[in-house]
Amino acid sequence: MIAIRASGLGVSFGGVSVLRGITLDIAQGEIHGLVGENGAGKSTLGKVLGGYYQATTGAMQVFGEPANPWNPRAALARGVALMHQELQLVPALTVAQNVFLGIEDKWFGILRNTEKRRLAGLMAASGFALDPDAVAASLSIADRQKIEILRALARDARVIVMDEPTSSLAKGEVAHLHDTMRALRADGRTVIYVSHFLDDILSVSDRVTVLRDGDHVLTAPAATLTKGAIVSAMLGGGKTETPFPDKQISGDPAMALEVKGLTNATLREVSLTLRKGEIVGLIGLVGSGRSEIARAIIGADPSTGTVRLAGAEFAHRTPHTSTQAGLVMVPEDRRKQGLVMTLPVRPNMTLPHLARFSRAGIMQRLRERRKAADLIDYFRVRPANPEGDIASFSGGNQQKVLIGKWLIGDPRVVILDEPSRGVDVGARQRIHEAIAEMAARGTAVLVISSEIEEVLGLAHRAYLVDRGRIVQMIDPDQTDEGAVLAALFRHQSSTEATA
Amino acid sequence: MTRHNFAHLLQAYAVLIMTAVLMVALTLLSDSFLTVQNLLNILNQNAPLAIMASAMTLVIIAGGFDLSVGAIFAMGAVASAWIALNFDPYVGLLLSPFIGLAMGVVNGLVITLLRVHSFLATIATSLIFKGIAVVLSDGRLIPVRMPEFTWLGRDKLGGVFIAIWVMVIFALLLTFVLTRTSLGRQILAVGGNAEAAVLSGIRADRIRVITFAIAGFAAGLAAAIATSRVSMGQASAGAGFELDAIAAVILGGTSIYGGVGAVWRSVAGVLLLALINNGFNILNADPFYRDLTTGLIILAAIGVSASGKRA
Repeated sequence: MIAIRASGLGVSFGGVSVLRGITLDIAQGEIHGLVGENGAGKSTLGKVLGGYYQATTGAMQVFGEPANPWNPRAALARGVALMHQELQLVPALTVAQNVFLGIEDKWFGILRNTEKRRLAGLMAASGFALDPDAVAASLSIADRQKIEILRALARDARVIVMDEPTSSLAKGEVAHLHDTMRALRADGRTVIYVSHFLDDILSVSDRVTVLRDGDHVLTAPAATLTKGAIVSAMLGGGKTETPFPDKQISGDPAMALEVKGLTNATLREVSLTLRKGEIVGLIGLVGSGRSEIARAIIGADPSTGTVRLAGAEFAHRTPHTSTQAGLVMVPEDRRKQGLVMTLPVRPNMTLPHLARFSRAGIMQRLRERRKAADLIDYFRVRPANPEGDIASFSGGNQQKVLIGKWLIGDPRVVILDEPSRGVDVGARQRIHEAIAEMAARGTAVLVISSEIEEVLGLAHRAYLVDRGRIVQMIDPDQTDEGAVLAALFRHQSSTEATA
Repeated sequence: MTRHNFAHLLQAYAVLIMTAVLMVALTLLSDSFLTVQNLLNILNQNAPLAIMASAMTLVIIAGGFDLSVGAIFAMGAVASAWIALNFDPYVGLLLSPFIGLAMGVVNGLVITLLRVHSFLATIATSLIFKGIAVVLSDGRLIPVRMPEFTWLGRDKLGGVFIAIWVMVIFALLLTFVLTRTSLGRQILAVGGNAEAAVLSGIRADRIRVITFAIAGFAAGLAAAIATSRVSMGQASAGAGFELDAIAAVILGGTSIYGGVGAVWRSVAGVLLLALINNGFNILNADPFYRDLTTGLIILAAIGVSASGKRA
């Protein structure tokens, strides 16, 4: 049976066509992967199927009935639920309250508090286990996703659209989510899986649809596809996975950063070193304390222990003094921590360097604009407009601006937390080149990434992190993703045993 | 032009359009409206509020709210009159802004050190400031009938009230600060995304304190002008000014979520409120409808502002 049939679907926003001529059948009981570069329209298509966006052209049928009218409410009523990339939970409510939010059992507006009992039934039927009384905010992202899925099941969803569900999950949690998807499929439900992680898509999907610049490129059984085939379909050319830039061996052995015994609420005795021109990676599962190490080094969080910058002890660190001293961090969440969306590109780029671009407190806009134009040029930011509205830029271009803003003034040490999260292939490659180039200029670089492959491809050395501790140092050229993962899980279970 | 840009323009210039429409309407309806005398009077009467609204713009752009400026105004009124009477009239006028500045710094420190929302903090400090003003004045009027004190509010320079000059210079100065200086850039960044600003090495707490200090200074300056004009200081002066100032800022399309706004538009917001008032007077309209009308216009402005945000 066909769950969703799209014929000639198209979507335009403000006259700009972002999706054209999508003709697609998605079967009941199928896991259907949707892939494409950022901006290719995969999330848009997911949202159209989930009723969040309206198609401007074409038609859609859901279980044989025309989808008209089509909005989130109508979609839910017809058994189609959309799981947003940013989870739509009420943090202060419990699991049970969240699952039945809006469909509580009421008697003339008075809650009858039957949610826990109903949830128990639902969990028994679906095989999910969560504490019904746990507050949503206290749960891991993977568990919160389960709440979203249970919520969809509580509304008897037969089609669940998951938009980038794994973007903030650790590897083990991804496997868990995939098991969940298979369980849903076994139950005769349909999962539409939007993601830019090709391995994930390939490992669980029955069929995969590839989009490129809003066009439907191909739909094929996953068993007949390889990663290389998908990437070349996404890019349109014969390109395979983007190569990492060459690792240049730094000739300068001078120590740029020495961290010793950094300890706080999440970290225990973290010590690491970075030489000039060296790229060092931090690898750990989500929640291992990778980002917390970065924050403690620049003084965004308090900690004990010492940090030496170019040989001199650097006490009383705050983001302000660290920035002044050339010890900078590119934060992981560009929307929340990185960019000021209410300001255009230029002031975002010069924000950490106001003293450099002002005289007697008065901004020198011409110099700012010139520098911003240089960086835009260097990173190939599109649109190439220093006065552009950054909020309207694609993720990849926002990320280029975010990294570019920290390159002004050639800092001594750059810490990059998830430098290429959620960006398209082209931007990712440009960012990797820029990282190699800053190291070649003598900057010491610390790269943090959930993508182990990315760290291995970029770094000269890498540390493995587990529960706020550094557990091992590795040579990226002597190992691979599987070995690193195995090592991480080994350390994790050994600490559990000793704890 | 895209819808997005149009909504932005509408948000930015709605206050000017409304002001222009009201001015044309009042000109057509009454011969006594469009006279230099009437217009100068409107500006003169509203100079203190415009000064306070200009400074409130910076507070709101930085993501704060200052409900204590009315109380600081009262404190400035009492202090300037008391100093003028007991010490020296010039010193009284001069010190008032700096007393306000000190109170603004207190606001800023309470908010940043205790980590409380500015809304709550300034409700508390406004009662404290007002209370000090009442105690100092002993609840009485402090009349200061000397020309060395009343010149600021009553005299003219080059045919225009000195108060208007002060207001124009102050508003231009804050516009310059916001749009051209490093401080202004930091205010916009802290209000737009405080976490990103902090991680960019900006000392956000210091910036917040500065905006409250400027708001306090402005309230003290406004109090000096108004007290000089009425030639007496009293602790009940300035009641409700904080809400008028906030209303003017919002009428000017400055986002109450912070990060976006302009000083001149808040001044235009004050003028719009003043024109509504003036219109009721010169048209002999029923003053019972004045609050109702003002409220509806503010509601319309908020509606326009919200539609711009969503687009």
